[in-house]
Amino acid sequence: MAEIRLENLQKRFGDFIAVREASFTVPDGEFFVLLGPSGCGKTTTLRMIAGLELPTAGRILLDGEDVTYRRASHRDIGFVFQLFALYPHMNVRRNIGFPLKCQGVPRAETRRRVDEVARLLQIEHLLERSVSGLSGGDSQRVALGRAIVRRAKAFMMDEPLGALDTEFRHLMCVELRKLHERIHATTVYVTHDQMEAMAMADTIAVMNGGVVEQLGPPMEVYERPASVFVADFIGAPAMNFLPFEAALGRGARAIRIGEVNVDVPELQEDVSARPLLCGVRPEHVRFADDVLLRARVLGVEYLGSCQIVTLATAGGTTLRAKVGVNVKAARGDHVGLRFDTAAVSLFDQASGRALRTARNGFSRAMRKEAVHG
Amino acid sequence: MAELRLSAIGKRFGAVQAVQDLDLQVSSGDFIVLLGPSGAGKTTTLRLVAGLESPDQGQVHIGGRDVTTLAPALRNVTFVFQQYSLYPHLSVFENLAFPLRSPLRRLPKGEIRHKVEEVARLLRIEDKLQQPVTRLSGGQMQRVAIGRALVRNPAVTLMDEPLSSLDAKLRDDLRLELKRIQQELGATMLYVTHDQTEAMTMATRIGVLEKGRLVQIGTPRQIYEDPVSSYVASRLGSPRINLVPRSALGKTAAPPSAVTVGLRAEHVGMVGSDGATAREGLPARVLRLESLSDQRLALLVLQGSEQEIAVAVPSDAIVLPGDEVRLQLRRPLWFDVGGQRVRA
Repeated sequence: MAEIRLENLQKRFGDFIAVREASFTVPDGEFFVLLGPSGCGKTTTLRMIAGLELPTAGRILLDGEDVTYRRASHRDIGFVFQLFALYPHMNVRRNIGFPLKCQGVPRAETRRRVDEVARLLQIEHLLERSVSGLSGGDSQRVALGRAIVRRAKAFMMDEPLGALDTEFRHLMCVELRKLHERIHATTVYVTHDQMEAMAMADTIAVMNGGVVEQLGPPMEVYERPASVFVADFIGAPAMNFLPFEAALGRGARAIRIGEVNVDVPELQEDVSARPLLCGVRPEHVRFADDVLLRARVLGVEYLGSCQIVTLATAGGTTLRAKVGVNVKAARGDHVGLRFDTAAVSLFDQASGRALRTARNGFSRAMRKEAVHG
Repeated sequence: MAELRLSAIGKRFGAVQAVQDLDLQVSSGDFIVLLGPSGAGKTTTLRLVAGLESPDQGQVHIGGRDVTTLAPALRNVTFVFQQYSLYPHLSVFENLAFPLRSPLRRLPKGEIRHKVEEVARLLRIEDKLQQPVTRLSGGQMQRVAIGRALVRNPAVTLMDEPLSSLDAKLRDDLRLELKRIQQELGATMLYVTHDQTEAMTMATRIGVLEKGRLVQIGTPRQIYEDPVSSYVASRLGSPRINLVPRSALGKTAAPPSAVTVGLRAEHVGMVGSDGATAREGLPARVLRLESLSDQRLALLVLQGSEQEIAVAVPSDAIVLPGDEVRLQLRRPLWFDVGGQRVRA
């Protein structure tokens, strides 16, 4: 069992605050992804858990035991970096077995465990090969093998797929997730790639400016973003935002954008007059003839299973719609737009915070429990 | 008339046949994307057109003229590379004006200014013209590099993965921009990439390369819906098309020579095994569910085999790992033992 718990973790480098506040619990056996743009503090957080950086304040508990100031080598955590960092003069078998050799594990035992790991990663046929001739994917499998051979309490992975090309990255995601399901080791995985996070995570923590902006399962983070930042960062193409200004009361079910009424999920708070944003994902934008919200088609991109249509509204906002392959649209066309009401999010423009509505009210309560419980 | 015509082009580097017997016609205003994994011969093809390599066999015609033995500068083509190679000591204006100041085509000052301003407007960098290029962001620099290639009005513009060094968001925006600029100028484009999204969204036609050969050329829709081989079918589509051996399909009817079936995730229907239609379709069990933002995928294993298959789940369907379901093949693509398409 290995549960990781962070309590009010903070890290400064001189005047620069890399991590302002990180508090969360990674339950035993979970695949936990720290997601965010470069400079958001995700890698620093990971390095603190591994013991490669010491926090400025706060505590780290591994299995309930305080390891905040314990050396990395005494934490029993495996680490996989973006760059494979294999020993070029050793073959695959010796690379994978190296951590065991360092621990003084008997030779026969090492052999047995390396074979087992190689079978798990399907690289048995490469064991006696030199690492210098391996493809990127195989090198990364060897690096993974070296991390898991130790049977550490938890694994830290820092963008391990970052150096691979897109097509192959997706295959490796599937493979990593399968591996996780076989060994069920607590894993903290850092990435800036939302596709990786969505494909692999049990829980995603979205970080921005040194704080965790939202914590939850992939679908919840995607469907009920807690802030404009999260909404914009996750999803490709990104969520559409339509600016409007209004004072809204609890129970409101419609907003006014320019001259047009747009239905929204029932509001569950009072909002004084201020600039707001209406957020709609591209797959929730539909073409309809009988609506007042009009837009001009700027471009159509065919993607095989769908089309992405880029549009400009009369108010000058650019929107993207994801529609079926049989929907007819061409550059210059004028179309009416309808949003799937239940899927609309509302945000406060100044703070970026999501307004409480029938869509996300429930999940907010859940998240609080997840953080504190 | 074809702006660019390649006839039976071959190019060998030592033991490697980089390009083999390649025929290609690019019409005026066409946007051709050459797609293939690394080593397929895409970049070599581009370099042969530019004159940076000379072919062992075949001819290159540009604008109706045989340019096979002509130097690059005399071919009336421009080239945009992955890395925006701009002149760091010059302003944006001077970078854009540079090709127009070539001794090969002296232009009056006023006309240079006019052309540069026109391209800058198209690229939406009018307000940056006086800045040094080093002050621009990556996306702006690549726009300048593209602008520099287009300002001369070449017969053909060649682009080698010009967006691959940019981050994902910027790439999304520039894709659409590039397509718009190309359409507004009516430019003729030959564009190389291994990114299927770029190929599908920008190309008027996609040419798929395999080991130096052009194996299929057609509109994105033709390539996606009607591939000639399992290789081509695997190049487009995310998630990748499922390639399933026929033996895993039980009693499903298939053309006699078919050994593999290609199934796109969205072309497989799924019903619960307790429903009225449960008798029909391929029995399978759900292994796990994957959510890629708005796309929900179920990974299933076909009953009686180890074969795994990814299927798109409709947004309103409730499916759980362990569920027994039946699959219906809506648009199966059959392939023979060599991976060639078998039409039913």
